[in-house]
Amino acid sequence: MKESVGTTGLILNESLLWEKGKKGRCGFSLPRRDVESCPLDQELTGKGPDFPDLSEVDVVRHYTRLSQWNFGVDTGMYPLGSCTMKYSPKTNGRQASLPGFATAHPLLPASLSQGALKMMFELEQYLAEITGMDATTLQPAAGAHGELTGILLIYAFHKKKGAQRSKIIVPDTAHGTNPASVALCGYRPVLVRSNKQGILSVEAVAEVMDEDTAGIMVTNPNTLGLFEENSQKIAEIVHAKGGLVYCDGANMNAVMGIVQMGKIGVDVMHLNLHKTFSTPHGGGGPGSGPVCVKSELEPFLPVPRVIEENGRYVLAEDYPESVGKVAAFHGSFGVMIKAYSYIRTMGPKNLKKASQLAVLNANYIKERLKGTLHLAYDRPCMHECVFSDEHQKAGKVTTLDMAKRLMDYGFHPPTVYFPLVVDGAIMVEPTETESKEEIDQFIEAFKAIVNEARQDPDRLHDAPKRCKVKRLDEVAAARKPCLAG
Amino acid sequence: MLYLPHTSEDIASMLQVVGVDDLDGLFSIVPEDCRCKGDLNLPEQLSEWELNDHMEALSHSMAVSPEYRVFAGAGSYEHFIPASVSYLLGRSEFVTSYTPYQPEMSQGTLQAIYEYQTLAARLLGMEIATASHYDGATALAESLLMAIRVTRRKKVATSSLIHPLYRQVVKTYFEPTGYEVVELGYLKNGVTDLAELDDMDDLAAVAVQSPNFFGCIENLQAVGEKAHDKEALFIASFTEALAYGLLKNPGSQGGDIACGEGQSLGIPRSFGGPALGMLASTKKFMRSLPGRLVGQTKDLDGKRGFVLTLATREQHIRREKATSNICTNNSLCALAAAMYMASVGGTGIRELARLNHDKAEYLKKELKKAGFTITFDSPTFNEFVVEFPDGFEATYERLLEKKIVPGISLAPYYPELANHYLLCVTETMSRDDMDALVREVKS
Repeated sequence: MKESVGTTGLILNESLLWEKGKKGRCGFSLPRRDVESCPLDQELTGKGPDFPDLSEVDVVRHYTRLSQWNFGVDTGMYPLGSCTMKYSPKTNGRQASLPGFATAHPLLPASLSQGALKMMFELEQYLAEITGMDATTLQPAAGAHGELTGILLIYAFHKKKGAQRSKIIVPDTAHGTNPASVALCGYRPVLVRSNKQGILSVEAVAEVMDEDTAGIMVTNPNTLGLFEENSQKIAEIVHAKGGLVYCDGANMNAVMGIVQMGKIGVDVMHLNLHKTFSTPHGGGGPGSGPVCVKSELEPFLPVPRVIEENGRYVLAEDYPESVGKVAAFHGSFGVMIKAYSYIRTMGPKNLKKASQLAVLNANYIKERLKGTLHLAYDRPCMHECVFSDEHQKAGKVTTLDMAKRLMDYGFHPPTVYFPLVVDGAIMVEPTETESKEEIDQFIEAFKAIVNEARQDPDRLHDAPKRCKVKRLDEVAAARKPCLAG
Repeated sequence: MLYLPHTSEDIASMLQVVGVDDLDGLFSIVPEDCRCKGDLNLPEQLSEWELNDHMEALSHSMAVSPEYRVFAGAGSYEHFIPASVSYLLGRSEFVTSYTPYQPEMSQGTLQAIYEYQTLAARLLGMEIATASHYDGATALAESLLMAIRVTRRKKVATSSLIHPLYRQVVKTYFEPTGYEVVELGYLKNGVTDLAELDDMDDLAAVAVQSPNFFGCIENLQAVGEKAHDKEALFIASFTEALAYGLLKNPGSQGGDIACGEGQSLGIPRSFGGPALGMLASTKKFMRSLPGRLVGQTKDLDGKRGFVLTLATREQHIRREKATSNICTNNSLCALAAAMYMASVGGTGIRELARLNHDKAEYLKKELKKAGFTITFDSPTFNEFVVEFPDGFEATYERLLEKKIVPGISLAPYYPELANHYLLCVTETMSRDDMDALVREVKS
């Protein structure tokens, strides 16, 4: 094995912000005062917040040091399953920070914001094409927000039909956001179990689908990295009883240019621009979760909608059946620019190629590690593969131990303990932007760790050793919460 | 392709390991009739340099400073952002990491968010703050739902001077729930009519925004007392977080929950998003909070460290019984706000807020002198309402041609306020800019 990239590196200590600084310092260039002072009534004014006073150097060193305690895709391979940690091209960030976009006010008259509206209009069309749907809203700010929007659309659809329904079918492989989004809209999630192959069977859905069920929410490819092969037949069953099919598009990175969900019975789906379309995750956001729909749901989309009139773009509000608004303004516009730039620089052929290579990378890892780790479902996977700690349990080594040890080898661990249907799950999603050499090193690292698990399990129990901190006590954090200093 | 590292040899050798003949063979589990026929109908790829030209052309059609002087606020404010903040925020260790599920490898994000929570709580005078939400509007909707969970009541009262677009978001979130929203009207001086609360019962919450949509400062103390008399939670909402550099904060006036938009704290307007939903509360409601929280803990050696905590509230554990469906915060926006608050500092934020207030007062005074009516006489911060004469639409269009955007028309949101405009001034406007606006609206 080549020397691993894991090392202690140059990690400096750094205190909390308010443990630094001195009264009277300032890291901000206060603008010139060219107007008279005009004091407010003392009844209205407070003491002002208790912020530390820091110089620009204090602030710059603080955050530079903090950043060095973090691992990102730019640092190394980040094979977090279901999160699609692909490389974020730098040119996309450049476009989002062009002053015309970055400093634009959201309520500018349409005549003064044609560029932004045109970009949004085109992005909506691109996403509709990629998903095979008819219309798109860009307003939702994250995947879960897209889910909520999608379920609101389903709610509005049934309400208009005059017969509201009470349930929505959610498979056991779903992300937790799915049942939570369903519940927010007053529906009761009905659990269906996936079959021995890890996918939904037509029979299982047929058994629970009835005329009180508003629809089904299916992640496809699912969180086991498997394609829901019965999706067309399932859609027929759901449609026959008047229900709608929601597709959680979190895993769309596997099927760009390969499957258009709208053509296989999906009525509404969300995409995660921060997964499939390369916008960076930012340590947990901001994301963007556009929702694409078939024409029967289009009247219910949030307002305002961008429309084209004689070559000009306007924001139209007049949609009486619209669900309303899910964000104050237009959604995560800055994120949309990055996704738009990505689609434009990739073009249709490279988008498809990206999906093919994402699937190739995942299957390659699956094949090369399946002798080392227990493979939950031994069949061709899509963009991710799911292992477990079944072979290590006897030696008292868990998924968590192996995940923590990977850090010492210089890799971010995969998603662990999800999906819930696999005990001790290790969910690996390499994405297409990892090269064969990088993946080979990851595989070698995992093999070495499994070897250590047999010979020296404590090395795993004590991991990580090379990060800024050792293993953290999460139980104590929750038992006696300290949320502010 | 730049971002696809595989050579044809790589592909061939990997396919061999997988045991399929070509890339199409990888998709054998996708039924034939599910697969696309032909290529996606998308524009052909652009080179990086072509993309630059294309995007610059689009961005040039936008009306932004310094070419334009935009006197519009209404929930999106122009403030100076120090180069140091933009520079630090661009560090890719922050930008390209995920939600910090593996804390040992994410201490940078975690400590930074813990510090954000602390500074946000201090700004709002509350005990704790969440790791952030999508925007001010969804933070308000989540706060109202939280109050409903806490009190087990099904009705909330919201001021009609909360940002109209926020109220639309609340309405959308509430539509399928069966919960009721009652709106409180406003008085002649531009503040919420609290007397309407007297006849209301069984309220989960009373929500009032200050400074309100007209820029007027509300008497939050009075709102808090009225709400608490009815055993309802008092939710203080805001769109201009910088105001609390100068004004009494919600916590000191009885706020149970403070929520709103933090875009003013170092985040570019970016046509309205991404934004920063801020949500803070008293400790009492900690376990009912929606969204992510970062807490302090220790590692095996007893060293200080930070983790995501109280996850049993959340969807990945509690699924349909979670306090919300939220899976992420707007982490990078929270980080920007923390960097900004740290840069401005306690002394600086006060002076900066004063300057914002004083500049807006200057324009208000000059417009008054020029004969225009300042509709509401309550004290304001940054924004205020002006009544222009009939036929002002033509003047508005003429000003746009002169590259001045003279505020936002209130008529679409408050039909009774025809010819009324909401104007905003921050530290970015010079006296000359304001004098030019007055000159132009007069002529």
